[in-house]
Amino acid sequence: MRPPYRDFCDWFEAEDVARIQRKAQQAEAFFRTTGITFNVYGADDADERLIPFDVVPRIIAASEWRRLSRGIEQRVRALNAFLHDIYHRQEILRAGRVPVELIARNEAFLPMMMGMDPPGGVYTHISGIDIVRTGANEFYVLEDNARTPSGVSYMLENRETMLQMFPELFAKIDICEVSDYPLNLLKSLAACAPPACGGTPTVAVLTPGIHNSAYFEHSFLADQMGAELVEGHDLRVGAGRVAMRTTRGYTPIDVLYRRVDDDFLDPLNFRPDSMLGVPGIWDVYRAGGITIANAPGTGIADDKALYSYMPDIIEFYTGEKALLPNVPTWRCSDPEHLREVLDKLPELVVKEVHGSGGYGMLVGPAASKKDIAAFRKKLEANPGNYIAQPTLSLSTVPIFTKAGLAPRHVDLRPFVLMSPQGIRITPGGLTRVAMTKGSLVVNSSQGGGTKDTWVLED
Amino acid sequence: MLGKTAGSLFWMARYLERSENNARLIDAGFRIALTRSSTAQAEWRSVLVTAGQDQLFRDAHGEDYSSSRVVDFMLRDPANPSSILSVVKHARDNARTARTYLTREVWEAVNTSWMTLCADLKRQVREDDLPDTLTAIRQQSAQVRGAFAGTMLRNDGYNFARLGTFLERADNTARILDVKYYLLLPSVAHIGTSIDNVQWETILRSVSAHRAYRWLYGAEISALKIAEFLILYRQLPRSLAFCCDKMNSNLGWLHRSYDEEPEAARMASSMCRDRLSRPIQAIFDAGLHEYITEFLSANAALARQIERDFRFVE
Repeated sequence: MRPPYRDFCDWFEAEDVARIQRKAQQAEAFFRTTGITFNVYGADDADERLIPFDVVPRIIAASEWRRLSRGIEQRVRALNAFLHDIYHRQEILRAGRVPVELIARNEAFLPMMMGMDPPGGVYTHISGIDIVRTGANEFYVLEDNARTPSGVSYMLENRETMLQMFPELFAKIDICEVSDYPLNLLKSLAACAPPACGGTPTVAVLTPGIHNSAYFEHSFLADQMGAELVEGHDLRVGAGRVAMRTTRGYTPIDVLYRRVDDDFLDPLNFRPDSMLGVPGIWDVYRAGGITIANAPGTGIADDKALYSYMPDIIEFYTGEKALLPNVPTWRCSDPEHLREVLDKLPELVVKEVHGSGGYGMLVGPAASKKDIAAFRKKLEANPGNYIAQPTLSLSTVPIFTKAGLAPRHVDLRPFVLMSPQGIRITPGGLTRVAMTKGSLVVNSSQGGGTKDTWVLED
Repeated sequence: MLGKTAGSLFWMARYLERSENNARLIDAGFRIALTRSSTAQAEWRSVLVTAGQDQLFRDAHGEDYSSSRVVDFMLRDPANPSSILSVVKHARDNARTARTYLTREVWEAVNTSWMTLCADLKRQVREDDLPDTLTAIRQQSAQVRGAFAGTMLRNDGYNFARLGTFLERADNTARILDVKYYLLLPSVAHIGTSIDNVQWETILRSVSAHRAYRWLYGAEISALKIAEFLILYRQLPRSLAFCCDKMNSNLGWLHRSYDEEPEAARMASSMCRDRLSRPIQAIFDAGLHEYITEFLSANAALARQIERDFRFVE
């Protein structure tokens, strides 16, 4: 048992297991009535599912968190510096630290952003850094999420649920608050208001609509911030501003927290068939009429092909070594790397460069021979589309099962806010847990669950 | 607030009201079908006509107006956009769209009502379970209303939802009158055939007012009185006059709060003034059927005007 768990364990051992079980069932009913559900793409019955919730919190000591958050802050600063550079002078390419073709031929690179200065100089207003732990003091960054990271509503609702179920725990143990996230998000977004804004900035959340898998989160955040939740058809461009259709006419929006991908933002400037965006928003953005958060084109920073360069990127812009290491990564585009990967395929995790959500990946140790053979063909046909990583011996944390506590693999996604006023990281983040014994896949679309994450106060 | 959100609140309330009204229509139809097997098919047909679902039903099932067919169609047929299951789903979708304007209590009540309904209507409802199912539907709807009354801010969103409720309700009461008006024609009464007991009870049951009528008018059953009750009686929450008064006051609120008079407010106040401030005899003299037809189209025009005035859609 790790020391931070001591108080919790004392409590747990004195508790009646049946009571906890009952509470766990109540939690499920609570999630369902609240509508904290998500839609699974590609499922036959496109119905709404619950993300399994585990009642045992994941607990992080104050000292561990301080170390982690320093590393995260460094990383997010570097990501922003990289984005600014890559869309301006491209010093890092001139210095030869990142290969030019990785940027030039990358779909996530948005040439239209060249020379553009986003309001406040911020690119990634909201980012999520996925972290795994392999030992007492070993943390790795698994992935950066610089586009529209999701899951923060689960972080907040998990805490809320725990508070409702086990209030006595919170009286006994000093745990860092997370509930001020929405307010900080609002402040952070408002601090990035565009030049055209006169007075208190109007913030709105742009959602693809109620059928989107993360709609609950979109409405939750809008509600918690007291911001309007808009869809493309609520908006129009006029007089150099983007305005939303209210019951009393059109009102300009200053900051748009969009939960819509770049491609769909503006049918006039990006994908012409998009029904989700706002025709002409791009021109308003360029002219300083609106802030788009995150900025378009941030995808180049969290591209999986670029991930392996992150230690160099951090060093290049901060002059420091990366505080949090990367997971060693083979780039399959490199013939030598590819050969190595093909040799060791059954031991590795192979991911699509542009994929997300755990779709289209191979977890070697868990896959059948047939799966591996099929994947080998895909990999050989299009090696540039893949990266590979060793299967880490991920640390486990306890979950509550019918048979008592049992170990399961987890990862952690802390949420990071950035504004001209600085970087703010909510203590903890979203802990995702592989609910199946031995499984390493924590994605909700693949049956992963979540649990509350505690950072202890000193 | 967003025009779309206002529209979603308006439609959420309309759909919730519609599900409750349809449950009541099924209930009334079921009763009369039980007691009058000879005319059961005709009764079911008139229920479908009142609910505006007759054409759809015939397209799917032809002329077979058997109880089980009609009830199943009205309760849970996914191909029927007005089935209670479809309507509650629409209500929930609108509530999700307007989620940021609803209190947690209201959203949870709407969501629970949808979940309960999905569970209850998973399979065809057996005839002996029907009364319980219909009661459950009405209870769910009462819970939503209770959460709404108890927790919502009295702001513009509230008023849009209330407008939806009363507009739908007025439409429903008027449709009941429209389908059954021939039973209320004075000529029938004049000839001396007193209005059919079971029939008038069905009408009153469809608006949950059979007891209220008794309290108010005693044992005297007359076509004129029933029409007066349903059209002009301002204390009956399902009468046309009550609904119009409410819409008038909701629109009045929006007028004051928005500082400009919406066209819809003028229309609602003229509906109250011109259509609901004359004695019932005058309405009969001018023709009950024409009166109801005109009311229905004025009500529909009001709905369109509200949608325009408050920019529900582009």
